Amino acid sequence: MSVRIGIDVGGTNTDAVVLQGDAVVAAVKRPTTADVTSGILAALQAVLSAAPQVDAADVRAVMIGTTHFTNAVIQRQGLARTAVLRLCLPAGQMIPPLYDWPADLREAAGAATYMLPGGYEYDGRPISALDNEALARAIDDIAARGIESVAVVGIFSPVSADQEREVATIVGTRLPGVAVSTSYEIGRIGLLQRENATALNACLAGLAQRTLAAFRAALRQSGLSAQLYLSQNDGTLMTADYVERYPVLTFASGPTNSMRGAAFLSGASDAIVLDVGGTSTDAGALVHGFPREASFEVEVGGVRTNFRMPDVVSIGIGGGSLVAADGSSVGPRSVGYRLPQEALIFGGDTLTLTDVAVHLGRAEIGEPGRVERLDRALAEQAMAYATARLEELVDALKTSPEPVPVIMVGGGALLFENQLAGASQVIRPEHAGVANALGAAISQVSGELDRVFPMDARTRLDVLDEAKAEASRLATAAGADPATIEIVEIDEIPLAYLPSSALRLRVKAVGDLRKS
Amino acid sequence: MSWLLDPDALESIAIGAGILGTGGGGNPYNGKLHVRRLLEEGQRVEIVAPEEVPDDALVTSVGSIGAPIVSVERLARGDEIVVALRALEAHVRRTITHLIPGEIGGSNALRPMAGAALTGLPVIDGDGMGRAFPELQMDTFSINGLAIAPAAIVDIHHNTAIWTRVRDAKTLEDQARAVTIRMGGSAGFAFPLLSGAETKQAAIPMTITLARRIGDAVRSARREHRSPIDAIFAETAGQVLFTGKVVDIERRMAAGFARGVLTLDGLGEDRGERLVIDIQNEYLIARTQERVVAVVPDLICIVDQQTAEPVSTEVLRYGLRVVVLGMPAPDPLKTPEGLAIVGPSAFGYADVPFVPMPGVYGAPPG
Repeated sequence: MSVRIGIDVGGTNTDAVVLQGDAVVAAVKRPTTADVTSGILAALQAVLSAAPQVDAADVRAVMIGTTHFTNAVIQRQGLARTAVLRLCLPAGQMIPPLYDWPADLREAAGAATYMLPGGYEYDGRPISALDNEALARAIDDIAARGIESVAVVGIFSPVSADQEREVATIVGTRLPGVAVSTSYEIGRIGLLQRENATALNACLAGLAQRTLAAFRAALRQSGLSAQLYLSQNDGTLMTADYVERYPVLTFASGPTNSMRGAAFLSGASDAIVLDVGGTSTDAGALVHGFPREASFEVEVGGVRTNFRMPDVVSIGIGGGSLVAADGSSVGPRSVGYRLPQEALIFGGDTLTLTDVAVHLGRAEIGEPGRVERLDRALAEQAMAYATARLEELVDALKTSPEPVPVIMVGGGALLFENQLAGASQVIRPEHAGVANALGAAISQVSGELDRVFPMDARTRLDVLDEAKAEASRLATAAGADPATIEIVEIDEIPLAYLPSSALRLRVKAVGDLRKS
Repeated sequence: MSWLLDPDALESIAIGAGILGTGGGGNPYNGKLHVRRLLEEGQRVEIVAPEEVPDDALVTSVGSIGAPIVSVERLARGDEIVVALRALEAHVRRTITHLIPGEIGGSNALRPMAGAALTGLPVIDGDGMGRAFPELQMDTFSINGLAIAPAAIVDIHHNTAIWTRVRDAKTLEDQARAVTIRMGGSAGFAFPLLSGAETKQAAIPMTITLARRIGDAVRSARREHRSPIDAIFAETAGQVLFTGKVVDIERRMAAGFARGVLTLDGLGEDRGERLVIDIQNEYLIARTQERVVAVVPDLICIVDQQTAEPVSTEVLRYGLRVVVLGMPAPDPLKTPEGLAIVGPSAFGYADVPFVPMPGVYGAPPG
């Protein structure tokens, strides 16, 4: 039976799970280490020894989810000296590249930017031809500045990528050893956001090589010869080689993996996930096993991008939430990580939601005797208030009026009962503590495109077919088994003020990981 | 009273303009970055109240025409609007003295400020719509019967088209749009050309200040963790029409416009209710099962429940949780002449009467 290992490399812990078929056979938590490798190695060794029935040779794939690259951007650490070549002139001059970046990030990336003739119109006509002399001058300047990584970004490259490819080839030839990122492979339509994502990717080039080398070393040292994959933000997988070139696509894979892991553990593919923590409850909706995406643009480290991020809503209700003296409200203020010192049950003098739940007999934590004489009516009122807030959250996230399964995970989940208005059932899965690692292990492979299609003489259906075929091709190229590929998303966006001879389509295809 | 635009005021105006965009008008974000960059380079943008504009001033409106999707991908060169206004000057052999936004809702609220930074001309505090509308003749200049020609549009290569005369504003709308498509789907414009006296008679006054007030209110409420929606209505007339989530969005293209129907299911106090909103680039008509709640030209704005971030028709999607706001339209849009151009019948709703929302546009309540 095929064996997969899922690993979540977080800021604090490195979690690992062994999955045999669809069964979790072992799960462990180890501290994350500064060199990353030894933490993964420790987790791998621990999880393999916890699953003695599994032979290392049976492990077919190792899937890693990591916040390593997001953290590097947020902390402005380990970033490569980066240049942006924008192919746009004479358009695009109103806002130069990276203008909306925080100054400290621009500095950490030693960023240099260039605007050059090039780019395309929405229908694929070139705005200008490439200017080889201007490009050569920019390359000379890039070399003189000791730039390590270059982002190539052309207007409407999602419609036609020829110029970006040509420039990438020229830069690669003239500057061997310099990494090149092209925007058409990274982002959606929306020049600044795609440019930002591509430049962030370029900043991470060196770190990606070092990190992937560390991941591979950990696998080798554990005696595994399995394929290595990393999770991306939409909950699907990329090969390690691909991540080395496109590390930015790992952004925000954490919440996605956690939700998908919870879904897998519960067996529900359409559900609301409530992650009840100490200070807040994060909630998201799963649709066909994937988190629903946020509509608004997402900032990473102060930079606007158009990444696909899960739509996560938070409210200030958690185990450490402060309860009003009369029990009429709970939160949003919380004692947070100081719960073990400040809650009544731990000898503190702050009334928290955990104290109330212990009084009501929902949970046995700390010293229940310390809350025995709490006013019963007050406790019930506070609990009812907190429950009502969770119910509102479920209702807000639901996409149909019918009750839906609610999956409850997180340290505070035990404070709440299984009765929740709007929930068809409340599921509390086992192993919820390693949901992230599990989410990585169960991931599929996707291909996505976002493009404006000129209709020419074709019908809408012809264009849709072309787009679906292209998304499937991208999924296959990413490692999906063609026989299992499904189109999971079609967004058809009419183009206001353009002739109806153009159609913008966003199509996503997803398939199971190819076996070989 | 005149004042100088600074980055803080610009930030607020961009938020206010987004909300007044009533779902259309384009996202002001890129325009804001453009103006901010020009301010940082030391350019000045002076905003003047309409009453300070001399009667013999020569005023034009500048902005972008075309597809929002093109303007976020093929960013403008930036000086197309300046080339357009110079083309008008060359045609009439007079010098333009003031700029004014044609449309305070959405991205075109900020273009004249970029034009001002590039030319040194002052911007008049007012506009021709008080909100956003899908067609360029849907403004108080047309309602007042002012000539729309001469009109110029300019592309990223500075190719310039100028209409020295047109039959009517709708003809310009049709022809300018056709040319814009050949210009890559987006272009800079300058029109109409007005005297100071005509501008004062026709423009909706003090709408830049209104956008700024709305933006200031939203920003301080966010900082202080108060409801930004309450803050908006402490500042200007209007009301919450509905709180709900998107359960359906049906879109289609008709005659170059993004038409659609949005369905929201109620949350909180509106639980059990359903609101349906007709879209034609902007939000036009809001109805519950029983009654019409709001009708164009009154403003229907949709914002994020928590942040009051405006939700444009393009980002609408299933499951989004929003609040629908209503604001009374500016008075000039509610006259018989105004309603003929921007009332429900102008959008093909001959059977829907215009029932005005209470309150005075832009006036603080009470």
